[in-house]
Amino acid sequence: MNLLDVENLWVRFPSRRGVFDAVRGVSFTLGRERLGIVGESGSGKSMTGRAILRLIRPPGIVTADQISLEGVDLMKKSEREMRSVRGQRISMVMQDPKFSLNPVMTIGNQIIEAYRLHNRASKSEAYAKSLEMLEAVSIRDPERVMRAYPHEMSGGMGQRIMIAMMLIPNPEILIADEPTSALDVSVQRQVLDIMDRLVKERGMGLIFISHDLNLVADFCDRVLIMYAGRIVEICDADKLHDAQHPYTRGLLNSLPRLDAPKDRLEVLQRDPEWADADSVSGRV
Amino acid sequence: MSMLQIEKLNVWFGAGRDRVDAVKGAGFTVEQGASFGLVGESGSGKSTILRAITGLAPDWSGTITVDGKQISKARVKTFYKTVQMVFQDPYASLHPRHSVDQVLGETLHLHGFRDIDTRVVKLLDDVGLGQKFRFRYPHQLSGGQRQRVAIARALAPEPQLLLLDEPTSALDVSVQAEILNLLTDLRKDRGLTYLMVSHDLSVVGHMCERLAVMKDGEIVEIMDVAALRGMQATHPYSQHLLEASI
Amino acid sequence: MSDTTSWRGWLLSDTPTSRRHAKLSALYQGWLSFRSNTMAMFGLGILVTLILIALAAPLLAPHDPFVQNLGNRLAPLGTEGHVLGTDSLGRDILSRLIYGSRITLYIVALVALIAPIAGLLVGTVSGYAGGWIDVVLMRITDIFLAFPRLVLALAFVAALGAGIENAVLAISLTAWPPYARIARAETLTIRSSDYIAAIRLQGAGALRIITRHIWPLCISSLIVRVTLDMAGIILAAAGLGFLGLGAQPPSPEWGAMISEGRRFILDHWWVATMPGLAIFTVSLAFNLLGDGLRDVLDPKSSEK
Repeated sequence: MNLLDVENLWVRFPSRRGVFDAVRGVSFTLGRERLGIVGESGSGKSMTGRAILRLIRPPGIVTADQISLEGVDLMKKSEREMRSVRGQRISMVMQDPKFSLNPVMTIGNQIIEAYRLHNRASKSEAYAKSLEMLEAVSIRDPERVMRAYPHEMSGGMGQRIMIAMMLIPNPEILIADEPTSALDVSVQRQVLDIMDRLVKERGMGLIFISHDLNLVADFCDRVLIMYAGRIVEICDADKLHDAQHPYTRGLLNSLPRLDAPKDRLEVLQRDPEWADADSVSGRV
Repeated sequence: MSMLQIEKLNVWFGAGRDRVDAVKGAGFTVEQGASFGLVGESGSGKSTILRAITGLAPDWSGTITVDGKQISKARVKTFYKTVQMVFQDPYASLHPRHSVDQVLGETLHLHGFRDIDTRVVKLLDDVGLGQKFRFRYPHQLSGGQRQRVAIARALAPEPQLLLLDEPTSALDVSVQAEILNLLTDLRKDRGLTYLMVSHDLSVVGHMCERLAVMKDGEIVEIMDVAALRGMQATHPYSQHLLEASI
Repeated sequence: MSDTTSWRGWLLSDTPTSRRHAKLSALYQGWLSFRSNTMAMFGLGILVTLILIALAAPLLAPHDPFVQNLGNRLAPLGTEGHVLGTDSLGRDILSRLIYGSRITLYIVALVALIAPIAGLLVGTVSGYAGGWIDVVLMRITDIFLAFPRLVLALAFVAALGAGIENAVLAISLTAWPPYARIARAETLTIRSSDYIAAIRLQGAGALRIITRHIWPLCISSLIVRVTLDMAGIILAAAGLGFLGLGAQPPSPEWGAMISEGRRFILDHWWVATMPGLAIFTVSLAFNLLGDGLRDVLDPKSSEK
């Protein structure tokens, strides 16, 4: 059974110069797997993630034949019902933890508050649970971190804390929007390992949005490649390097490689047909 | 002859208890026409070295020699005719209310050029933008186009040494390829010397002949690109970086 | 028809072909987003009307605002020839309001020129220079901020003598510190940005950086603040007039008119109410305009 079924999703922004389609007829399903969405800036990958949670602000318009979470259509839910979906059943991790944490509250208090929002628990119970959460995301010395303020944390620590907070309500789906792009390579690896372990242990579905092809190829099970608001290609992550679509090929070839030096990098020649062609369906 | 020579460079911010030593005892040499890379993770002090060279980080000790001339704390105006810098984030390095024409025109004016109009046209052609971008404002440009404007601005005084502070890390990979190609071509055509900072080893491997690996303000290893490609780093930290970026 | 659409297209072009074209198209886009704000357009409408009234005062005013007619004093609203009645000396209130708009605009224009420019100078220099210059300038600002505005203005007027120019000067002297604070705060963020670093690397001096690079970015938020403060300035001027320290009789300044009408407020309410309504309308118009301008000029909201 699919956790999530998205069919014909459109995100539109009316502007002075007509309607801008950010996402154009995207369909895909998500099982208990790690699904990568890759594309360049403006490809609509982040909009897709936000649209699933109905987080597109007006004047943006979201339409879809369905966005079903275990058979229940989210499009038909009221804003109030959506609030209990967000965070509880589908969580989202953003690129920069600095904007997601409250700067004037200790990390401990924020986690405890988040925990008590979702569970009936006494303060001490919530505290114990929060420590456990921080340990789960491989934070050494969690008690010190509980007392600290967000600005005292490095980027990698902040992102781990965010992941810990997102996991408190035990969501079925985690949407991670460029969760590691602000981090150094060595920290990146650690954060990915933590996410990987949690997804496997808890049987969650993960939507991993990124611009980094190699990272997605390495980390995910299945990859959607987006271009100009459409899915242009879908492939298994381990076969991404054999991708067929000229856009995907162009992206892969434009990366400098240590093992294959060349004088000039290949430059992607964009074909207007890529944007006009129909979206490939990623439904299984 | 060496274009840039740095010896025992220390850079710090603040004073007393708040003093942070961002760079400790760094030293390296970049030959005329060469391209040298500085790699390391955030906070390793690699960008700080660039800022110390340009005078944007005022507190430093040691010697910095550019084109045979040792530079003092106060930069003379001619210094900026030799050394220019391209910043990391093209969204932050252009004045939001100045058009491309204003940005380039003012730069040329400050360096005392007379034929500003023809030079603006030439600069835009050189960075592959062309005339139709001349009167646009930054918000009418994409990230790659902005970075081209920033490169044009750096080229305006006809410098010999270009300091590149992560010039493509804010850009998409396909745009990164275009900008890196542009930088490669410019170096060939103008005989420029590059000092490039990046966290991306493959970008430095593509652009530079030699590189220094930095950690916590210190240079832990200087190697050439052949060693990098052959995964022959000697310092454990460089090995670790190499493994993480493959 | 096709002519107007091509003009529109030219103005909305993303690829301007000349300096003038780029400027005009930036202005037009600002105007379009301003126009979509109904309340701001309403405020602008009132202010444009006010300016027109002030310009055409001699044509519009049914009577000479200074001519007294003691036989017809305190005539009520709707009296033959005096739509808004007459005051205690039999002068036509409508005519006095129309001429008074000139004084109001005069005060507004002078204060709007002096206070923000003084604040901009002090704030940007203080923010950009830093060090002891910053400390000295900001402490002076703090001293001015510590006084209640009207009390300080009173002290100035008392020292300089009553009169409209001195009232303007007094208000300006008390109004600049908040602008200095705003300008300094903006300068501090702008100063550390990459585009300032970039122009410093071209060898630009402090004067050029402040005037060419920092001012253009500070001015928009100051304009917004000035329009929002304008209501307060009009009220302060009216307050000084009311206390007899601003415009002197028989000048038809709105605050002074209220002051005069105060004596009859119970029996002849319109004498004080009509200028009060005029002050209220203009203040409201400035507030609405300021809100609209904030949406247009704030670079943070226009950057998408």
